[in-house]
Order: sequence, then structure tokens, then C-alpha cells
Amino acid sequence: MSGGAKLNVRVAEVVEVNALIKRFRFVNRDGSPMPAFSGGSHIVVEMDDSGTRRLNPYSLMSDPEDRAGYEISVRRDDAGRGGSLYMHNHVKPGMEMVISYPVNLFALDSRARKHLMIAGGIGITPFLAQIAQLSHLGGKFELHYSARSKPLGAYMDRLTQAHPDRVHCYFDDEQQTIDLGRILSMQPLGTHLYVCGPKGMINWVLSTAEKMGWPIHALHHEEFLAPGTGKPFDVELAVSKKTITVGTTQSLLEAMEAAGVDAPYLCRGGACGQCETNVLRCDGQLLHRDHWLTPEDHASGQKIMPCVSRFEGKTLVIDR
Amino acid sequence: MSLDFKPGAFNGFFRDETFRDDFTYRNSPEGIRRFPFPFDRDDYMYSVNMEPHTSGRKGSVFEHTFDVDEHYVSEMIDRAKVLAEDPLRCQSLPHMTLAGWDLLELIMESKARDYPQWFSLTKDGNRWHWINRPLGIDQTFTFLDESTLPYGPFEYITRQTQGDFSLQDERDNDLWMDAGMITSQADWSLDFDIGMSFMEWHAPVPLAHEKGIFDRALKFLLKLQHGAPVRRFNWTMTVNPLLDTAPETYPKWGPTRTTLSQDNMGNKMHLRVELQALFRLPRSNAVAFSIRCYLGKFEELVTVPKWGRRLHRVVRDLHPDLAAYKGFLRNRDAMAQWLSAYDDGKPTSPGWWPED
Repeated sequence: MSGGAKLNVRVAEVVEVNALIKRFRFVNRDGSPMPAFSGGSHIVVEMDDSGTRRLNPYSLMSDPEDRAGYEISVRRDDAGRGGSLYMHNHVKPGMEMVISYPVNLFALDSRARKHLMIAGGIGITPFLAQIAQLSHLGGKFELHYSARSKPLGAYMDRLTQAHPDRVHCYFDDEQQTIDLGRILSMQPLGTHLYVCGPKGMINWVLSTAEKMGWPIHALHHEEFLAPGTGKPFDVELAVSKKTITVGTTQSLLEAMEAAGVDAPYLCRGGACGQCETNVLRCDGQLLHRDHWLTPEDHASGQKIMPCVSRFEGKTLVIDR
Repeated sequence: MSLDFKPGAFNGFFRDETFRDDFTYRNSPEGIRRFPFPFDRDDYMYSVNMEPHTSGRKGSVFEHTFDVDEHYVSEMIDRAKVLAEDPLRCQSLPHMTLAGWDLLELIMESKARDYPQWFSLTKDGNRWHWINRPLGIDQTFTFLDESTLPYGPFEYITRQTQGDFSLQDERDNDLWMDAGMITSQADWSLDFDIGMSFMEWHAPVPLAHEKGIFDRALKFLLKLQHGAPVRRFNWTMTVNPLLDTAPETYPKWGPTRTTLSQDNMGNKMHLRVELQALFRLPRSNAVAFSIRCYLGKFEELVTVPKWGRRLHRVVRDLHPDLAAYKGFLRNRDAMAQWLSAYDDGKPTSPGWWPED
């Protein structure tokens, strides 16, 4: 079965964190403990949105040693494809849902002498779990967390209360910015840098660190891409002998699943590589949106990541 | 402090036997019937034989996550002897302690669930109470607190678990062998391999690199998910029931390959089967690799008519490069000659089960 091992859960709690963010707590339906996990892991939540199957990845934010339940925070995206709106509008306590086992694409490097974390907005969630895990194990960390405004700075209170000297908060509407150059210049040898937030922030942090001579293996980032929308297009599935149409708000992966094709996947966000598919024929333009394939792969036109990437043109035949 | 075995447990089930010196190891008739005979057809070639490590046929070595069999107590005594002579057979780099706790939890929970007559685990928060009746161990400790165990968590639990174990850290899109308990290996060295990346420790394997097998294997393993372990078989041949065929001790066991005759072949030559399982560990995101070794004497295996016929055909027809790589090319003709007496030429049924 594609997608790996699943957990049958019940929604135990839905909490409105602020105007944009809701927190969801899942517990095992049979009352047994949840599997332990590593900070930085995400789960894929399966949604049945009036017949449309949606599977979205969300970082686990709860304490990995809290085996009673998992927590995620979902930021509402009014212009998105509908997954976050479904979570906000339809998911209520008591509801039964299916989630994947945790998968970690943003793991802490266990050799690091210190962990330097940079978070923007909802990008704080994986760090919450990592900080909880480091606190149990006695690891060193320093967090710089920026949000649009104080009311939108989710979990800042709990973080600054628990770790007053290690957590630094910044607010866009007060013109506060992270003094990245200074922070990066003050780190001891053996420090690893982690960044999670909007694409612009990730690029800024990584390029600044590289320019300052940070070793590439000490830099870590996580960015889940929403599949995004686009013009509808037709795809021929060579193995399944089917031709399908991918709708405007549908991903190629979702369209294959809707046609009953069991395609592999894990993260559904262009990061993990599991759904990589060979392109057999392409008369048109592949719209690559993943960050799994190399630039050479993108240029070659011979591979596509169906979870996020699209196509414009006449004919596309893929090996699935 | 040390792990003080009190094996008064050589009862009706656990055998009192040796894997060295007088080599009294053997399988009981029931043990032979459950031997993981690795050939599902009359010939052998490399294949991608990876499958989910889920509970298999009752009584078989697949029934439980970690198989505990009649050799358990004696194997653990043998491991303790190997470690006493060469402590570097168990190593864990400093950043692998959390992975060691993950493995300890996986093994304790599995064994207490699957073998409640022998093992018990009770928890009061992080205060754990572990009882291992066959080895006479009764330990109360604090989970995730190393100072409460006589060894690090990895060494503690693998001194009580059959099979070799290595722990792979995942970083930079690669796997790194950063811990291991290796005392029943088919001629490879932990002390040489520790700290190596996936491609580095597989470098000596012939042919497979050119075929891209290890590129695909690494990609597959990086996707390995917690809750969905996988397993595969490997096999070779070993003279005498010697678990510890290590490069470090080659002068002791290498020359035994020249001691075989038609008279002692059935007792001395062993089919050595490795049941290898891979687990994603939850807290550390590391990958645990277990390599469980089963030894079957030729004279034991041929008591199953199907296996006698098939083993003869596999040994006789094996590609010479493979026989050389597995270290028995010089004895292959003599082995086939001995086995031919148990092959009447009749067809064999597909699959590896003895009775099918």
C-alpha cells in the first residue's frame, strides 16, 4: 500500500490559537499510546472533503514523549486548495480520522554541539517538538522566531516562559528584524542551523549562512509546498493504461488516486522523493514545483514529482 | 556492575551447548523443522527479496518480531565470551545513545508481548522494571537515564538478544553505521566499518555497485517508515557451528575449510542463514538493522527430503563467482558430492516450507 503505515485516531481537542491558527489533538481510537517520534517529524492527515480526498502534511508540534496524543497546528489559507479550510471548518472533537505514522524530513543532527533555530510564522511548529525533545535530553538550543504581530505569534508565551534566555521573538508590525549576520557570527563551532518558514526567509537564511562560510552539512531547512493550482491538463498513465484529467485545484497525484491508481507517496509536499515518476513522452512544458529533483533533473524533462508539479502543453505520458 | 547471567534455565527448552572448542551446538528435531531454509526454488541468484517484516506462520521464525529459540541462552553466553576477549565488537558513538534507547524499548516491548512466559516489562512513567527469566535478570531502571543501567542501553539490550545489530544514523541523505553489536558475523568487522557511510561499508561487495543495486537500496532505506519494518534473507556456508566468524579471528577459523571429508561433511558443514530486518526508530530517526544467524548442519537439513534435494541442486549449480564470494568454492564439489546421496532427482514443490 502506498503512503506507509497508518494510525486510526480520534480528534480529542480543537483549540483556536489565534485568528489564523487552530490546534488539533489526535488520540488513538483504541486508547493505546501513540508511537514515540523524533522532533521535526510530520504526519499526513487524510480528509474526506465531501467526496474529495485531501491528504495534507503537518508538522507534529507536541512533546515527542507525550504518548497520549499528537498535536498539529493548522494555519488557515483562504486562497488555498481547501485542506486547511476543511480542517478549520469541519474537523470537530470526537471525529474519527486517519493519519500516517510520523516521518521526519527535518531531523536534528544528533552530533551538533548546539542547535540554532530560525522560525517564521507557522514554521514554528516543528521547533516546538524539537525543543521539547532537546529539553528532555539536555541539548543546547537558541531560537529566533518572527511573526507578523504579537497576536499572531503562536506559542510565543509558552516558549519565552519555559526558556526565557534561549527564545527571541520579533514582530514585523513593530519593524523588528532578526539580526542574522550578528547571530550567525556568534555561534560556537559545531553549531547546526535550522530554518522553517516562508520561502523568502529560508532562502535568506541559507544564503547568508553560506556566504559567511557555514558548512553546507550544518544547514537544514524544511518547507512544505502546497501543490498549488493551475490550468487543467491531460496525462496518459502508461502502466495503468488510463488517460486522466488533472483539475484546476487538483494535484497530479490526487488525480491519479481519484482514478484508482495506487501511486506511491509520503510527504505530498515535494520534499521526500517517494512519488518520483519517469516521464515517457512530453510535448509541452513540465512545471516543476518540487525541491527533490536536481536542477539537471528538471532541465532533462525526464522526471516529475506528481504531488506538486504540473504540466502545460499537448501530450504528457508518465510511467505509472 | 555487570550483567550477571544466572542461567539455571537449561530446562526442557533452552539447550546447553557450545559454539566453540567442542562445538556441541545442534538443532532439535523441532528446531530443524522451523529452520529458515532460504531457497524457494532449485537454483539461486541475487534478487530483491525484501518484504514487510510482519507476523508470519505460527511456530516459524517469522512469527514474532524478534525470534527467541532453543539456542537463546547459549548464544548469549557465547556473545559474552566474545566481548570479554574483544570489547570492540560492541561500539556506539556518543550521538547514538538515544537510538540505543529506541532499540531497547522496541526489543523489550516486543519480547514482553510475544513471550510473556520468559520476559516481562512493567512501566511506571519512566521507571521501568524488566525481567528476563531465561538469563535470570531482574532490573529496575529509568528510561532515558543511562546511569541506571550496567551498560549503555544498546549494549545492555543486545547482550540479551540473539543476532547482531547495527544502528544507522540518518543525515545528509545518507546512512552512517555509528553503532553496532557484532559477534556472530559472516566475516566483516564493526571496528573497521564504524562511522562509515552506506556506500563505504558496502564497497567490498562485487558486481552489485555496477548494477546500481546499492543506489536503489539506499533510496529505499531512507524512506523506511516507523511502524513498517522490512526483512530479507542472506546466506553462506560455515565450517563448524561457529557464530563468530570475524576477520579479527580469521587465523583461528579460516583453516578449518581444509579439514572437510565425505565422512565429516554432514556434521561439520553448516548452512548459515541470516534473517535481516530493518526498523525505523522513533525518537532518534535512526535505522536499526538486525542480522539474526541460524546455523543448520547438512546432516540435519537433509532429514527434510525436499530440502535435501534442493540444497544439492543449489550447491551444485551455483555460479562460481558467488561460491567464491561466499567462501566455499574450494569445497563446492565435495559438498555437492555428499549432498547428492539425498537427491533422488524427483521434483520439488515451490516455496521453502518443509512439508509443502
